[in-house]
Amino acid sequence: MSSVALRKAAPAAGTTPGTVQGPPRRRRIALVPTVTLLLGALYCLLPVAWVVVASTKSGRELFSTFTFLPGTGFADNVKDLSAYRGGVYWKWMGNSALYAGLGALLSTAVSAVSGYALAIYRFRGRETIFNILLAGVLMPPVILAVPQYLLLAKVDLTDTYASVLLPLILSPYGVYLARIYTAAAVPSDVVEAGRMDSASEWRIFSRIALPMMIPGLVTVFLFQFVAIWNNFLLPYIMLSDDEKFPITLGLFTLLEQGSNTPVLYTLVITGALLAVVPLIALFLVIQRFWSLDLLSGAVKS
Amino acid sequence: MPFTLRRRLRPAAATAVAVALGASTLAACGSSDDDSEEAQSGPVSLTYWTWAPGMDKVADIWNKGPGKKAQIKVVVKKQASGDTLVTKILTAAKAGKAPDLVQAEYQALATLVSNDVLADISGEVEGVDKEFAPGIWQQVTLGSDAVYAIPQDSAPMAFYYREDLFKKYGLEVPKTWDEFAETARQLKKKDPGKDLTTFSANDSGLFAGLAQQAGAKWWTVDGDKWKVGIDDAATQKVADFWGGLVEEDAIDNQPMYTPAWNKALNTGKQIAWVSAVWAPGTLTTAAPDTKGKWAMAPLPQWTEGESVTGSWGGSTIAVTNDSKNKAAAAKFSTWLNTDPEALAALVKEGGIYPAATAAQTGDALSQAPEFFSNQPDFYTEAAEIAKNTAPAAWGPNVNVAYTTFKDAFGKAAKNKSDFGAALTTMQDATVADLKKQGFEVAE
Repeated sequence: MSSVALRKAAPAAGTTPGTVQGPPRRRRIALVPTVTLLLGALYCLLPVAWVVVASTKSGRELFSTFTFLPGTGFADNVKDLSAYRGGVYWKWMGNSALYAGLGALLSTAVSAVSGYALAIYRFRGRETIFNILLAGVLMPPVILAVPQYLLLAKVDLTDTYASVLLPLILSPYGVYLARIYTAAAVPSDVVEAGRMDSASEWRIFSRIALPMMIPGLVTVFLFQFVAIWNNFLLPYIMLSDDEKFPITLGLFTLLEQGSNTPVLYTLVITGALLAVVPLIALFLVIQRFWSLDLLSGAVKS
Repeated sequence: MPFTLRRRLRPAAATAVAVALGASTLAACGSSDDDSEEAQSGPVSLTYWTWAPGMDKVADIWNKGPGKKAQIKVVVKKQASGDTLVTKILTAAKAGKAPDLVQAEYQALATLVSNDVLADISGEVEGVDKEFAPGIWQQVTLGSDAVYAIPQDSAPMAFYYREDLFKKYGLEVPKTWDEFAETARQLKKKDPGKDLTTFSANDSGLFAGLAQQAGAKWWTVDGDKWKVGIDDAATQKVADFWGGLVEEDAIDNQPMYTPAWNKALNTGKQIAWVSAVWAPGTLTTAAPDTKGKWAMAPLPQWTEGESVTGSWGGSTIAVTNDSKNKAAAAKFSTWLNTDPEALAALVKEGGIYPAATAAQTGDALSQAPEFFSNQPDFYTEAAEIAKNTAPAAWGPNVNVAYTTFKDAFGKAAKNKSDFGAALTTMQDATVADLKKQGFEVAE
């Protein structure tokens, strides 16, 4: 949501200096938020810049040259990283993509169906269910990891891909978001009209409501994707086979190799940099669905 | 005997469970003959959690050679090292899913035993104790007749210094801690911008090793009760010594293993490091520009003429109670840590310093680490130092003591205040936690 606001604000801020008739007083007012935002951006981007620069340094240069002086070892770092234990890094990357992609997709599907049901249908206990969900939103997933492990151990599912995927499918936050969004975006008149035309409930949901819900679901998908991509504790407890590790866990094993071996800082830094690339790409691609959000709003009114 | 130790190590509140578990262990012991027969008749697959690099290659040697003959296959699952792995093992054991074999640091053994995770393999490893120094072996028996693990690597502590800079400033390699303090002061006089070394409040293991050298016994068993001696006279001596040096600014007070520390070593701002036998590996990444300029010497002593050292790190390979093939697992662990071929592979692939005494002077370690090419007899000296490794006394809540160390000593080092008070905090927190866990503690 905040991104939407940002997008709307951006052109406005950009045009202000360009407009001829804009009085200088207005520009001075805009200065404070601009500077604040710039400082905020700097605060967020500086560590990223550090990772970018550090990933170009060879092991020898890493701690000895000036922090923001680019090094000469990027290609070698990537090569070393790819060669580490027979390319297990790319396996981790693939695993992360699977966990985050499939996990987010499944969880979005579940959120869509349950959010729709909670928003459209009136049934006994609806508010109770919703309140329990709200409590679930407040519950950090971290504290659930160990109980989930013990439960999955009972059905012999630990150390499998399913052990990481299953607990992620039901996301209270996703359901909550889907309900709120559906309530706002799908007018009950539309549902009623569908019923009048004797469309089945499933048809109403899949053909009429779902397209209206897409922008909200994209948000759910994105949140879930990022959350799973960055998830650490759940896979850490569930998995013991490093061929199934997601990237967060893989990088952790690179860092913690015991005191006998030199720490693979350069590999970890390069690995961390490459690990955020898919996230950035995803945001860039999916942004246009958020623009759709604005469009569909216009059509409705 | 292991039966009583198990009881002693468990929280008093859980004694009933312990008895039950003890009984089941005895039952398992009785049928162990059947187990080994089974292991011989059918192929067995063992999972093995380890963090040591290259361990899959060492396991391959086993799987293709002795393991093939015995029909015991080992599958390596690489893990991240440290306290987090202990937590993961405890969680897995709670679900009955612990792997057959786990790598565990010496100080984690008591925690794992008191949670009933590790199997007593004394019946399977008779005579193996002779392969190790008594101070090392004592740590895997926890001072009892049981054997809970086979030592893999040891980490005798030593004093590392910049040979060239010591010469430049006319410093002598300190033989006692008094001389060490004097050396630090001399260096400050000659060049106030330099430090001999730093006191790192981040590295509990270093402090524990220094205390061991002074003769400290942090956890001991007194009848049915635990006795915590973290603030004993020996440790107090060590704490006061380092606290004094920090207070008079003779050494730095910043933590180790930070980029700033790397830089200080690389540029020669810090010219010595109290560390362990694995230091060359760390220095290779931390201070790449100083290759060939360092030398190793025995740790300074508290009493002149002695040659005692402590340990900083080191680990063992243990068999868990969840394993269905304990005899096979013990067989592999013994092979891995005592067989010459396995030890040579461990040194080559994993870069470890083997705990087995024969290997410390063997062919695998005949060449000095590349970073210390200027000291060709590096490993001969290391083996000499390792001979007198002080025994360590670990208890079931080392993690709590270590965390409190970081907090209390971190504050004391930063404020350059009394280290003795920090030590008392550490003692109190450790005792309180033991009691909270339900152990009986002797006052």
